[in-house]
Amino acid sequence: MATIVVDVMLKPEILDPQGQAVGAALPRLGFTFAKSVRQGKRFEIEIDGEVTPAQLAEVSKAAETLLANPVIETFTVRVEN
Amino acid sequence: MKVGVVTFPGSLDDHDAARAVVAAGAQAISLWHADSDLKQVDAVILPGGFSYGDYLRCGAISRFAPVMGSVIERANSGMPLLGICNGFQILCESHLLPGALTRNEGLHFLCKPQKISIENNSTAWTNGFAENAQILIPLKNGEGSFQCDDATLTQLEGEGRVVARYLGVNPNGSRNLIAGISNARGNIVGLMPHPEHAIDSLTGPSADGLPFFTSLLTSMVGR
Repeated sequence: MATIVVDVMLKPEILDPQGQAVGAALPRLGFTFAKSVRQGKRFEIEIDGEVTPAQLAEVSKAAETLLANPVIETFTVRVEN
Repeated sequence: MKVGVVTFPGSLDDHDAARAVVAAGAQAISLWHADSDLKQVDAVILPGGFSYGDYLRCGAISRFAPVMGSVIERANSGMPLLGICNGFQILCESHLLPGALTRNEGLHFLCKPQKISIENNSTAWTNGFAENAQILIPLKNGEGSFQCDDATLTQLEGEGRVVARYLGVNPNGSRNLIAGISNARGNIVGLMPHPEHAIDSLTGPSADGLPFFTSLLTSMVGR
């Protein structure tokens, strides 16, 4: 069994009010390290057996079709060991 | 004339949309998300609400409902199609309209009467308005901030496809105060505020929303 991870982030030019709210909350708690925060989504997809390049391509297609909206978001696909 | 109103799991405003259709003098036909049969309707409204719980992204899952296959096919060949609020989000996710609706700037869910101007009164859904008509209808959404890239924005503005614009302070961070847009042909309109909640002064802040529905009758009769 293997896990394919799809990370989805808003494009840099798209306003991220949720990330901004988190970024504003951190210093209130004494965490002063963050210059800015952006929030995204992570999908963990379990599959049977080894991951093949064809499967990865299929997951990329699914990410482009459903998991991410390419108008406002970018995504990355990788295998997690 | 028959106007279909789609009910998705989580739709809220389908009954008000159907009521507005009837008030305008047409017949409202309920359409079910899981049924690809459009029951020979002449136009379709995708109502507001939280279809599929807004899971993943607003409208992202509804866009693949069986009914949407038929809706997209008919709309691409000219059938009038209006998406209100969640319906607008579904239209963008379906790529029938460009851009996307994202979380309101400031994160608050808005629910208030909103002044907007009708900037294109030649679409199937707005021909009953005077040019640059200023109207007051409810705005209620959490993810109503219209976003698109610069090229798309220039194109929408240049082609007169900004159908409605917020007046006064930008309520949600939408680019260029955009409250509604259309496709190039003008048969598909997406609108973030809710005309179906403003068809008489007893139940809404005004009756300013009714012309969206009477416009449709005019455009269909004129064909």
